Amino acid sequence: MSALTRRRLLGQGALVVAFSLSRRAMGQVAEKRPTLPGDLDKFPLLDSWIRIDADGHITVFTGKAELGQGLKTALVQVAADELAVPPAGIELITADTARTPDEGVTAGSHSLQDSGTAILNAAANVRVLLTEAAAWRWLVAVEEVELHDGAAHAPNGDSLGYGELAAMLSLHVEAKPNVARREKGVRLIGTNLPRVDIPAKVTGGVAYVQDMRLPGMLHARVVRGPSEGTRLKPADFDAVARMPGVVQVVRDGGFTAVLATQEWQAIKALQRLQSAGWDRPGAKLPAEDMREAIRRLPSREVPIFDDPGPPAPADGKVVRARYSRPCLMHGSIGPSCAVALWENDGVTVWTHSQGVYPLRKSLAELLRLPADKVRCIHTEGSGCYGHNGADDVAADAALAARAVPGRPVRLQWMREQEHGWEPLGSAMVVELEATLADGRIAGWRHDVWSNAHSTRPATAGGLLAGAELDPPFPRQVPRPIPMPEGGGHRNGNPLYALTNAKGTYHFIEQMPVRVSALRSLGAHMNVFAIECFMDELAQAAGADPLAFRLAHMADGRAREVMQTAADRFGWAGRAQGGGGRGWGFAFARYKNLAAYCAVAMEVAVDRDSGDIKIRRVVAAVDSGEAVNPDGIRNQIEGAIVQSLSWTIHEAVAFDTTHRSSFDWSAYPIVRFDALPASVEVHVIDRPRQPFLGTGEAGQGPAAAALANAVADAVSLRIRDMPLAPEKVKAVLRS
Amino acid sequence: MITLTVNGVPHQVDAAPDTPLLYALRNDLGLNGAKFGCGLGQCGACTVLVDDKPAFSCLLPIAALAERKVRTIESLGTREKPGALPAAFEAEQAAQCGYCIAGMIMRAQALLERTTRPTEAELRAHMAPNLCRCGTHMRVLRAVRRAAIAMGGGVRNDAEDAL
Repeated sequence: MSALTRRRLLGQGALVVAFSLSRRAMGQVAEKRPTLPGDLDKFPLLDSWIRIDADGHITVFTGKAELGQGLKTALVQVAADELAVPPAGIELITADTARTPDEGVTAGSHSLQDSGTAILNAAANVRVLLTEAAAWRWLVAVEEVELHDGAAHAPNGDSLGYGELAAMLSLHVEAKPNVARREKGVRLIGTNLPRVDIPAKVTGGVAYVQDMRLPGMLHARVVRGPSEGTRLKPADFDAVARMPGVVQVVRDGGFTAVLATQEWQAIKALQRLQSAGWDRPGAKLPAEDMREAIRRLPSREVPIFDDPGPPAPADGKVVRARYSRPCLMHGSIGPSCAVALWENDGVTVWTHSQGVYPLRKSLAELLRLPADKVRCIHTEGSGCYGHNGADDVAADAALAARAVPGRPVRLQWMREQEHGWEPLGSAMVVELEATLADGRIAGWRHDVWSNAHSTRPATAGGLLAGAELDPPFPRQVPRPIPMPEGGGHRNGNPLYALTNAKGTYHFIEQMPVRVSALRSLGAHMNVFAIECFMDELAQAAGADPLAFRLAHMADGRAREVMQTAADRFGWAGRAQGGGGRGWGFAFARYKNLAAYCAVAMEVAVDRDSGDIKIRRVVAAVDSGEAVNPDGIRNQIEGAIVQSLSWTIHEAVAFDTTHRSSFDWSAYPIVRFDALPASVEVHVIDRPRQPFLGTGEAGQGPAAAALANAVADAVSLRIRDMPLAPEKVKAVLRS
Repeated sequence: MITLTVNGVPHQVDAAPDTPLLYALRNDLGLNGAKFGCGLGQCGACTVLVDDKPAFSCLLPIAALAERKVRTIESLGTREKPGALPAAFEAEQAAQCGYCIAGMIMRAQALLERTTRPTEAELRAHMAPNLCRCGTHMRVLRAVRRAAIAMGGGVRNDAEDAL
């Protein structure tokens, strides 16, 4: 494209932005195009992803968000590697409804697969265009042009900066498929580039939405009962409005927020409004354990998989087991927070939501605004591990800000509000049955019961405030997430080579308590059950747990991950389990399409206290091409420690009126004094293979390896989480 | 007006005497390090040093602090010149979301000021009041060990005893 055209396009900047962010489906060209990699297929225009200013400044756009998983660093690495510039030469813009492509939610370990792949291929396209522009300018063959350090270099020593080259062409063009990656030069992908966000986080810099301070900003608190399903009794709103510093008490139907000049003043006003007591207007909660309660509710059968095969021989050995987990909490350390500014009949919300676009749609409906009057800008918060209070608090802040146009409002939930109102990870039950013949699995049945695993807001009815306004917005109807990703049935289809095998998801629509996506969704439970069951089958077959797994595994990469973890751990040379010491192993490929992960663990169980001490954990992971191996290790280490906390320490408690796990004393999680002695993670790099999502791959294998090690140590199987000391003690006594 | 001495500098704070130190630090003094986590002294995200001892700033009313020295992570160096602990946390990449990390660093600072040669068991027991939800604990421990060495000591490895 000529420079003239480029300038003309630059002169219509706003138009270009609007168009480059339009989806392919809305594009004007009807002809069928080849499929493009990752989310480049949805947004094929190069300038949706990469722009280069005349001064050489490079901006890269992603619709995904930094959640503490190291996304920013990995995407900078991908872009800088392919564009042959130092990482500092890339400015990365993350999820912002005014600037970045709509890549949905940052969830499901999809960011590198969807956005990383898109940016990699967009960058390869841009590199080719820059090379061609330089070759054209110098009248040399493209093979003679070398790109590095933000400039093209000619054989005669001439060089041209990317800015000059970019001014000669337009990036407002569709990506071409199958553009080869850069072959020569220094590589950034595969190196441990330090995280770009850590320096601010360890020196007290501004790093989170919680740290935002806008001029004239008010502090707000939302006013709610102690937990989801409860309602505060009427309070003396006028008296609260007269409290020191209180600017306004915002009331809209059942929604209430207090705004004050100082944060502590808002908190005191909140406490005053909460002091009148509360009740539960709706149906009481079930008195029994939530997993038993939901098991009794009507369910809809959703097939997971059905691999027919010869029926199991009649003299085969049938093994059955039932596993379960309670409701679990995301438990972000920082309660959810948002900053909102209402001006010009619209609102801007700085939010740590995982999905700025779905949030914008939900907020627009809630606030009865056109979508283009709502802007959601992702700003980091405390880690979320799934759908926590992030979206709800964004709505709370927007409603509060609507009452004070022109003044920014910062609204953070209290600890008890996060514990009491966040959507939980659903309770689950899995029943497994298998037939063994000649030491092999000859039949397999998997049945899983669970509520929905995503109720993320797609409408105003998906937000807490949506149910509080008058009239309330209709609640979203939960639906099962289809395979191959799956929700409650995620990883309900073992990767093992099985025939005569079938899985069924019993989807329970009715939710006694609010639930939604928690890191790895159903995979934590399904992998726990399958991998515990594999050990039970190995035992019934008189086989070593690892050998039994390998005998049923055809996938070469899965075998290598298992063998690597086993070798690094010293599995073959381990002592005989029993007498309180045990060794456990587990494996899964997340969703059967993302990262492979195997975990080996050694535990010591105190028979008197029931306390489990974890002596050593060794994991191996294959994430395809490892963009940042240390980032992968960090994710898997974290997944292991978090999953051990879920599996040993955690269960949300209820009485019939409310959720009683209101803080860290009522919902304890792992502390430093209960950590494993060591955790090692080995990354198997697969250069030039597709990126495989990693963030959630460790949850299931860590949980099952623990339970298998405990069973090995005490010769008794505990199938219901959590493996808390009281339960271990009770099982040992029985 | 209440006078608070933070990082060696006296500040006049115009807030109610029952205001917890956390809000004065964050909103009146503009310091980001101490974070609101629970307001209950259960998680340690708000940890600062008061007279050289780790304290939950979410629980301490400013009226009780007039004669006391408050230190926050902002006193441990800058991005360009980080102190031993921030530098060690960066070297070990000891953060995921990082929300808990400033509190972790301040608690570890108190330990290493008392002794640069703690045992592994002492280190783990000392850090127990602070919660992390990302599971970054193993890196936090590595970072404190690294800082202990940088400060001329070292954490004595009794990991087996620690269990």
